[in-house]
Amino acid sequence: MTAGHPKSPRARRGRFAAVRRELSKAPLSAWFAMIVIAIYAFCAIFAPLIAPHGEAEIVGKGYMPGGWHADFLLGTDQIGRDIFSRLIYGARNTIGVALVATIISFFIGIAVGVLAALNRGWFDQVMSRIADALLAMPALIFALMLLAIFGKGMLNLIVILALLDATRVFRLSRAAAMNVVVMDFVEAARLRGEGTGWIVFKEIIPNILAPLVTEFGLRFCFVFLTISALSFLGVGIQPPTADWGSMVAENKSLITYGNLTPLYAAGAIVLLTVAVNFLVDWLLYRTSGLRDEQ
Amino acid sequence: MHPVLRTALQRMGLSLLTLFLVSVIIFSSLAMLPGGFAETVLGQSATPETIAAFNHALGLDRPAYIRYFEWVAHALQGDFGYSYAGVGGSVKRSVADVIAPRLYNTFFLAIMTAIVAVPLALFLGVLTALYRNGWFDRIVNATTLTTIAMPEFFVAYVLMVLFAIKYRWFYSLSTIDPSTPFWEHVYRAVLPAVTLMLVTVAYMMRMTRAAIINLLASPHIEMARLKGISPAMIILRHALPNAWGPIVTVIAFSLAYLVVGVVVVEVVFVYPGIGQLMVDAVSSRDVPVVQGCTLIFAVTYIVLNLIADVIGVVTNPRLLHPK
Repeated sequence: MTAGHPKSPRARRGRFAAVRRELSKAPLSAWFAMIVIAIYAFCAIFAPLIAPHGEAEIVGKGYMPGGWHADFLLGTDQIGRDIFSRLIYGARNTIGVALVATIISFFIGIAVGVLAALNRGWFDQVMSRIADALLAMPALIFALMLLAIFGKGMLNLIVILALLDATRVFRLSRAAAMNVVVMDFVEAARLRGEGTGWIVFKEIIPNILAPLVTEFGLRFCFVFLTISALSFLGVGIQPPTADWGSMVAENKSLITYGNLTPLYAAGAIVLLTVAVNFLVDWLLYRTSGLRDEQ
Repeated sequence: MHPVLRTALQRMGLSLLTLFLVSVIIFSSLAMLPGGFAETVLGQSATPETIAAFNHALGLDRPAYIRYFEWVAHALQGDFGYSYAGVGGSVKRSVADVIAPRLYNTFFLAIMTAIVAVPLALFLGVLTALYRNGWFDRIVNATTLTTIAMPEFFVAYVLMVLFAIKYRWFYSLSTIDPSTPFWEHVYRAVLPAVTLMLVTVAYMMRMTRAAIINLLASPHIEMARLKGISPAMIILRHALPNAWGPIVTVIAFSLAYLVVGVVVVEVVFVYPGIGQLMVDAVSSRDVPVVQGCTLIFAVTYIVLNLIADVIGVVTNPRLLHPK
């Protein structure tokens, strides 16, 4: 990383050229990851246009075999819904729910974390102890308990996962912000008479964004896997909504006959998490490489 | 007092505080229920009288703090109350009776996994550190990165398809009851244990490798190398003893992780453990059972983390004197 380019006039290039230059140096795994993620995003956004049949539409008999010349590419599930269409709609639902939960958790986590770093005192103490207590329990177990109490449902699922995950984002953003609040430029902004809002948005957040971006990828993977696990256990996203975790559970009896249908949905989950991990790996390597140069 | 003992006691106190907070959260989450638990269970059509009767039967009409201390006092004696599944019927099943046999099964599975997984992870970690950046290292690295990214149920089903359905070496479902003989129990628990192993070995191995490689840059290793000691000896005699702290910490964390992984794996293989029990209880909203299971999971998790913490301090005396 460091050997290839001496101090070139990279800074003077435009942003577009810089991005293109980075991409041209990206390793194969990063390209693979970006292509996979692009395909998933495309499927999720244009699901109704790509899918040959409806999400919960019953189009045939149960467990019809699939094939290139059959009506249903991957066959039908236990009540006769097209599995291929449900896989495509699943991209929209599963990824959508995970993405919304992760975004909410980042909003809450960063806001509370930065505020705690700014006002060390009872607020910081209370928030840190709550986060510690929430982190002392495995997230899946905690999510299961909360789902038992508040009931199953998409909204509950999103809120519970967002709150549980926010504790981890809080930890990270608090630690990162702590290093920034002691800087001179924050002191200067304070002396200038800037309000808390300015200091948070213009001084602190831009400086802690880099570690948070890669963290977003990892947290997304974690939330995505947790949602899939919960759906697989039957307490996550509820039918008839197409979702990869519950699709595995719905068709799991086929496995005992040597039929691999349930593995399609599970494979879709694996491919996405592997791709996101590869991408994060590359981003981490890049940011750490840049740090070495300084 | 000896500084190690003092630190250990300090960490223990912190863990107790965390445990207290966790138990409050577990308990109060029930009280936070919008509209009250009775209404949720009995449905919209419940009259105020039936709700009052339901609350009285479960003792939910008394102040929350009294119920909390009662719950904790009983839980400490192994009494988690009665399962809601029996309320109203003639058979009342205590949560402890429901949980006890399942807890044994789950610990059986977890210990069986750990016995194989920990030495294997250490062995692979040392080996990849020794042959770092070679083809062996690359293969193990890519494999572990992939298994980490996989959900447990995917690994579980792939193993099931391969070893239970294609080659009929093992059972696809781990049906076990108290009368199952020991070795039969082991045999039937092989596939769930292997699934858990694949997931945890990956973490432990990667951290072991990282801990050793981190140390290889230090001056005493360079000295050993200059003396002409073989690479294997350097790692075993000079690097490994100094890496024990982080390695043991990771092992304890991974065992704590086993506790979570067990839930999904038990459901896949229909292994009668506490994870499967908890999922069933969540589906039927049997709150005392869910609370009991959550408390057990939380205690296991916190205790393992405490052990990791204390061992980390003991093996790295620098942590005894924080700046």
